[in-house]
Amino acid sequence: MKRLWSLIREYWEVIRRPSAYFSLGFLTLGGFIFGVIFWGGFNTALEVTNTEKFCISCHEMRENVYQELTRTVHFTNRSGVRATCPDCHVPHEWTHKIARKMQASKEVWGKIFGTINTRQKFLDHRLELAKHEWARLKANDSLECRNCHSTIAMDFTRQSRRAAEIHERYLVSGERTCIDCHKGIAHELPDMTGIEPGWQAPTDLRAAPKDQQTSADPLMRHTLSRFLANR
Amino acid sequence: MTAIARAGIGGLTAGTVVLFAALAFSQEAPRLTGPDPAMENVPAPPLARPITDDRRKARNYPEQPPVIPHSIEGYQLTLNTNRCLECHRREFVEASGAPMISVTHFMDRDFQVLADVAPRRYFCLQCHVPQTDARPLVENEFTDMSATTAE
Repeated sequence: MKRLWSLIREYWEVIRRPSAYFSLGFLTLGGFIFGVIFWGGFNTALEVTNTEKFCISCHEMRENVYQELTRTVHFTNRSGVRATCPDCHVPHEWTHKIARKMQASKEVWGKIFGTINTRQKFLDHRLELAKHEWARLKANDSLECRNCHSTIAMDFTRQSRRAAEIHERYLVSGERTCIDCHKGIAHELPDMTGIEPGWQAPTDLRAAPKDQQTSADPLMRHTLSRFLANR
Repeated sequence: MTAIARAGIGGLTAGTVVLFAALAFSQEAPRLTGPDPAMENVPAPPLARPITDDRRKARNYPEQPPVIPHSIEGYQLTLNTNRCLECHRREFVEASGAPMISVTHFMDRDFQVLADVAPRRYFCLQCHVPQTDARPLVENEFTDMSATTAE
């Protein structure tokens, strides 16, 4: 610790003294040019990691979530608009993007240590991973959805009556956000036991708190898998 | 040649004639599925459009599973999740406004009433199906039984 401190002090002594060999012009211009190069390079590298091609260069993404995406309306549709991975999973605005990218260093860790490097491992982690993404979208009021879909541009008369009613009741009032109801629109869902849809059951019908929960759902799941196994 | 043998040959001949006639006739019947000849490549017909008017349709007979009057495109119905029940489950109908699954869906095969949908009723699309505007391949001569009994 003491040696580290003295090393820092030494460097500080060097840095705080005026330069004896380089001209002021060289230092300012050089600093400017290097700054531009560094900044440009940094952002270019950042943009490279922000492409679908980069995402699916890992088999974890290509073989699991990407395959599921290709079967959904966000991949092919009548008007030919396609949402790629970063469109939904990375904020477009710079500050938030950097924040998300810093979080993503955890994903680099996962890649190196093979947290989800098999299908089974991926399925085991799916609920946890999905919950992170739901929480993120819930916290930023479904920002990535709203980059393309805005309430103001929604023509409720062109929606089915059912959709229009629900949007009017929950979306326009701001009571709910997109992700509350539209889970699993681009990927397959994890085990949804105990996860409520956007609308909730009336309070008196809700299941007891988690620790004392004897909901029918786990039982249901158990009997169902046994039922399927016996066939 | 005995009479019995003659009758036998006669019967055989008649049978063969009937068989060939039936074969010839069946070849004239229009194919209901696939191209003719069967191995031919033909352009796929356009997909029929789903009927999504959200209006409940009367059943053709009392036991008919009600048809789905809305789009179910992209709905996930797997062991993990059941998109149908997110609206049609008893607990959620108040908020979603969807009709509740019928009470028969809570019974197992021994008619034991369960607290939630019975596993044998879990896969909704086994019985309930959406409709499309596809033109029927054969004419439908179905008559509603109330129309029949009224005659």
